[in-house]
Amino acid sequence: MSKPTLFFLQTPLLPGFGLSFGVSVLYLSLVILLPLSALLLYVSDMTWGQYWFAISDPRVVQTYKVTISAAFYSTLAVLVLGLLLAWIITRYDFPGRRIVDALIDLPFALPTSVAGLTLAALLVPNGWIGQWLGFKVAYAYAGIVVAMVFTSIPFVVRTVQPVLQDLGSEYEEAARTLGASRLQTFRKVILPTLAPALVTGGSQAFIRSLGEFGAVIMIAGNIPYQTEVSSLMIFVRLQEFNYPAAAAIASVILLASLTLLFLLQVVQGRLFAWQRQGR
Amino acid sequence: MKKPQDWRQWALVTLGLLVVALILLVPLALIFSKALAGGLELLWSNLNEDYMLHAIGLTLLVAAITVPLNLCFGICLAWCVTHYDFRGRKLLTTLIDIPYAVSPVVAGLCYLVVYGLESFIGRWFYDNGMQLMFAWPGIVMVTVFVTAPYVARILIPVMQTQGQDEETAAMCLGASGWQIFRRISLPKIKWALLYGVVVTNARAVGEFGAVSVVSGTIINQTLTLPLLVDQLNNDYKPAAAFTAAGLLACMALLTLFLKTFMEWRQRRLMQRAEA
Repeated sequence: MSKPTLFFLQTPLLPGFGLSFGVSVLYLSLVILLPLSALLLYVSDMTWGQYWFAISDPRVVQTYKVTISAAFYSTLAVLVLGLLLAWIITRYDFPGRRIVDALIDLPFALPTSVAGLTLAALLVPNGWIGQWLGFKVAYAYAGIVVAMVFTSIPFVVRTVQPVLQDLGSEYEEAARTLGASRLQTFRKVILPTLAPALVTGGSQAFIRSLGEFGAVIMIAGNIPYQTEVSSLMIFVRLQEFNYPAAAAIASVILLASLTLLFLLQVVQGRLFAWQRQGR
Repeated sequence: MKKPQDWRQWALVTLGLLVVALILLVPLALIFSKALAGGLELLWSNLNEDYMLHAIGLTLLVAAITVPLNLCFGICLAWCVTHYDFRGRKLLTTLIDIPYAVSPVVAGLCYLVVYGLESFIGRWFYDNGMQLMFAWPGIVMVTVFVTAPYVARILIPVMQTQGQDEETAAMCLGASGWQIFRRISLPKIKWALLYGVVVTNARAVGEFGAVSVVSGTIINQTLTLPLLVDQLNNDYKPAAAFTAAGLLACMALLTLFLKTFMEWRQRRLMQRAEA
């Protein structure tokens, strides 16, 4: 149709490119890029020694471990729970299906501090649920995982759900009539199709859990060296008016989450290509 | 879709419902039962406390500024990446995901570094009589950051599936850019747009991490409702904390209801366009 130029891969037909592109780029630069790069600039004022001292403090290193491991466990749990919920919503017609479908987004709509407050009240030893549990959940490591599971469950359900809907039950039924067992059908037919969605949803849940703050701090108890997460460490350093140390820790988290984000984009591209090949 | 057939499927459904009840319904029930535990009169007096009214006002103000800004931006960005093909298009859609990925505390700190009193910009504003950080403008700014992606993210897939045949036809018939947008594109996306507004609003009202960094938590000045929940909880006032939490939970439920309704309307709109 039209020849690609240096900038346009296709000559724009509709008017409004200048306005929409200009506003988008300006807004993105001002709101997102400027503050993030300012943080890195601020950190670059520190010497390597200072920087390393700030980010390798044993208490801080412990928060990395707590955050990453809790996010990992919660992502595993959320993948299982999310798959289950997406499955029953798309496959079966049962009373209350629509309500369940709508409620899935509750963790997304409910402010995180409210979520943390509520989960903590539920899980304390004499709380509604806590009294039935034999171990400590609120104000302990398990509480962090629970808070992360709660806040990230919509991500998995909402990425898996549309794929399951498109898939329909024809393939499963075909596999079953050809003599595959339930387990084989699940492993060889359903799981490969869902893989990209599970990876996307799982990584989103993981990234979200790494950065989760409100829900986690209200249930974690925030005991130094035990149940502090990295986001809280930034907050602690700020309250000590140690801005450079806070910025140093923040830069580590920022770079980690940006790397994950870009990695996710690359993996997504690969996975979809792999899936198309398979068909 | 069919009714569960054998016991295995019923077991799956029951298990799923149990999960939903345990992690979604029970927490909701707890919020409302705790908020109402002291009776209606206590609830009413808690609601009429100065700090509560102030927090409600501030929260509404923040949402009222944030939502329109991000709405305009979201429309521009979604329009730009779905209607034109240019180099760097992928980059734009990746950049918009950054606020999802960045921890809100980190975001708050970034704004503190740029606009705080220690920086050149923050100092300049302060000398001209406007304090940004530890005041309401700072809260608005970080909320804008955190809620920037939602409208664009919701609109992009909708605009992509709808294509641009009608727009191109209108242009051939001599419509101006603004006419095309108002008469053709806007009606096609209106429910998705409202849905984006609802989601952005919910996140703006509920933002905690980023706001807690830049707020300074000054009572009657910079406490939004989510911060007030935390503050009251730390002050050992559980009844008041759960009153604020109950208000926010009502907002969340309303959000879910509106969202479900608007998604349904947008789907119907698109089905009708296809038929």
